Amino acid sequence: MDTTAQYNEKVVRQFTIMTIVWGVIGMLVGVLLAAQLLWPALNGGVPWLSFGRLRPLHTNAVIFAFGGSGLFATSYYIVQRTCHTPLFGERWKLPAFTFWGWQAVIVGAVITLPLGLTQSKEYAELIWPLDILITIVWVVYAIVFFGTIAQRKMKHIFVANWFFGAYVITIAVLHIVNNLAIPVGLTKSYPIYSGAIDAMVQWWYGHNAVGFFLTAGFLGMMYYFVPKQAGRPIYSYRLSVVHFWALISIYMWAGPHHLHWTSLPEWAQSLGMVFSLILLAPSWGGMINGIMTLSGAWHKLRDDPIIRFLIVSLSFYGMSTFEGPMMSIKTVNALSHYTDWTIGHVHAGALGWVAFITIGSLYALIPKLWGREQMYSIPAINLHFWISTIGVVLYIAAMWIAGVMQGLMWRATNADGTLTYSFVESVEATYPYYAVRLLGGILFFAGMLVMAWNTWMTVKPQREPADETAATATA
Amino acid sequence: MSAFWTVFIVVLTLGNIAACFWLIRWTAKPRPNESASTETTGHVWDEDLTEYNQPMPRWWLNLFYITIFFALVYLVLYPGLGSYAGVLGWSQYGEYEAEVAAFEERVEPLYAGYAEQSIPELAGNESAMQTGQRIFANNCAVCHGSDGRGASGFPNLADDVWNYGGEPDQIKHSVLQGRQGVMPAFGDQLGEDGVRAVAAYVYTLNGRDWPRQDLVEQGKEQYQTLCVACHGPEGKGNQQLGAPNLTDETWLYGGNMASLRETLTGGRNGNMPAQQELLGEDRVHVVSAYVYSLSQDRQGMTGGDDN
Repeated sequence: MDTTAQYNEKVVRQFTIMTIVWGVIGMLVGVLLAAQLLWPALNGGVPWLSFGRLRPLHTNAVIFAFGGSGLFATSYYIVQRTCHTPLFGERWKLPAFTFWGWQAVIVGAVITLPLGLTQSKEYAELIWPLDILITIVWVVYAIVFFGTIAQRKMKHIFVANWFFGAYVITIAVLHIVNNLAIPVGLTKSYPIYSGAIDAMVQWWYGHNAVGFFLTAGFLGMMYYFVPKQAGRPIYSYRLSVVHFWALISIYMWAGPHHLHWTSLPEWAQSLGMVFSLILLAPSWGGMINGIMTLSGAWHKLRDDPIIRFLIVSLSFYGMSTFEGPMMSIKTVNALSHYTDWTIGHVHAGALGWVAFITIGSLYALIPKLWGREQMYSIPAINLHFWISTIGVVLYIAAMWIAGVMQGLMWRATNADGTLTYSFVESVEATYPYYAVRLLGGILFFAGMLVMAWNTWMTVKPQREPADETAATATA
Repeated sequence: MSAFWTVFIVVLTLGNIAACFWLIRWTAKPRPNESASTETTGHVWDEDLTEYNQPMPRWWLNLFYITIFFALVYLVLYPGLGSYAGVLGWSQYGEYEAEVAAFEERVEPLYAGYAEQSIPELAGNESAMQTGQRIFANNCAVCHGSDGRGASGFPNLADDVWNYGGEPDQIKHSVLQGRQGVMPAFGDQLGEDGVRAVAAYVYTLNGRDWPRQDLVEQGKEQYQTLCVACHGPEGKGNQQLGAPNLTDETWLYGGNMASLRETLTGGRNGNMPAQQELLGEDRVHVVSAYVYSLSQDRQGMTGGDDN
């Protein structure tokens, strides 16, 4: 079944390159922010360099620009290859529209967020005109994706496509419901919800963005690249069925754990907590299926740095999906909430899981897309692996310690009923950990630069005639 | 919450949990025609992607069951199923109130003892001052600084300058009831030239020279009409009104020419929030003593130059 020539790989290549470009930019902003926490004067008094404006730029750039482009690239690649049919909608240039549309959204974010234009909802900061553009691009994405599924040549839908499908549908619903607002000008709007309801809708969105964008989407990536790179069958079909349905139904409930001990009604807080706990097993189902796929081929972990990225990403996935339910327990949350522990938890997921699985997948994908045998430099992949791993470990260990310390300092009281520490003392005590976090961030960012160089060396036009023919054969 | 919404929540919650349980049981069951665990399911995607159908790990299933069991027990004990309050009758508000009450009961005798002492007495009581310092650090330091030396717009509490008076009762009154320090804006009334003139006059009040004597003279006239009511004919201020003394070295919003003009043009609006409701009278008493002690420690109480 050689349909390679018909597959639309141009859009996959475009999204792949932009994944790396946005990864470098988004993480650079992250490093700058980490440095600003250590040296608050680093914004130089320039409003658009201030922490409050750059922080949403960082989150949007790494989640939606880096992560989003990575998901577009891999979902388009995987859905064609596992349905044995080219992308739907090529006739109307729909895949190309999603690429340029998505990049336009990101450029819009890069311009508006530093200008201070925001609707102040975390992970949904973009102003309403950009929200409308996202909606249009996303609906076209859904048409391309499900159109491709509909014209598949295989009766059975490959497991990665279940996860991509859930992610595409749910993100559309989440995005639209959370951004319902009344515009009062080109750059300003008011949400239609108010008070605790607004907070609940926001975190229903926020947590499911984690569940469906950062989890389900990247599990789709995992279900293709892990068995492909390991050359082994997926461990268990029935495990995929259980963990898929359990994951998508239970994630929907978990949002209220972001609002523990607030004015959110207590019944909602309790449901958020118990469903977060039930979520542990379904989350781990994906980790087991991924890691056990490698059983019988463990030696590849030694030889192949790409496999290493994939397996370590699953380990971080398992770790942060254990940590998440634990932090949702109200007693633990009373300590962890509002501290840097949360930041550490997010980055265990975002760097350890999302970035690692994306990086591993792209290293497997890039040579195929450009008709090369392998990446230009395997030692560079190895180098990337080690500096990123050290970077993540430094980052999350620093934030764990800082977070628990802050939580304990804030709640410490004296016999006379006064607080033992003032807030600023906890800030002062956090400084060394901010320094370690910055170091971790710099290492991770340096890894992305190595990847960018390695990618450029792999994809740049080659002169040797032999390579030329190889490249055109699969282009 | 209406009965309808309670039923709605209960059905969705328990329905989802039951559906998960059913899903596990149904999927775990071996099918008569299914492939052995060492064989793949027979589907092949993208040339070589296949899948086994291994049984789900026992420990993983047990983990799943344990979390479901825990969830059900929790929902019986705690509020979660709509308007059902839970067997324990627990609520976060009840827990908060109980904790606060227990704390108050524990520390009440301590503050009752402090309340009987006068502020100057307390200022000499080392353990009371440690308590006062912590109350200050957590409630006052945000504006006045952790050393009490203030910042632009926020009075220095460690010197001998007091806009509303530095006597123990006056300090306590400021903390308890708060203060509104309003300097009206004179920009429209005086115009740019007028502001320049009055600022020049005010600049000279504490003995500094301003190069243009004509401006100073002109400003003096306007001062005597507009400013005299609060700041007094000699610029000595008025503690009854909180009007600062303009003849000393202390400037709440800055004493250079640009700051003076800004103050005159746009006015100022200082706000010391009242602490009676926030801290309660007993804690205010202790923290007032601490604030009092800040200036007592220094030699400058008599108004001498201590710099």
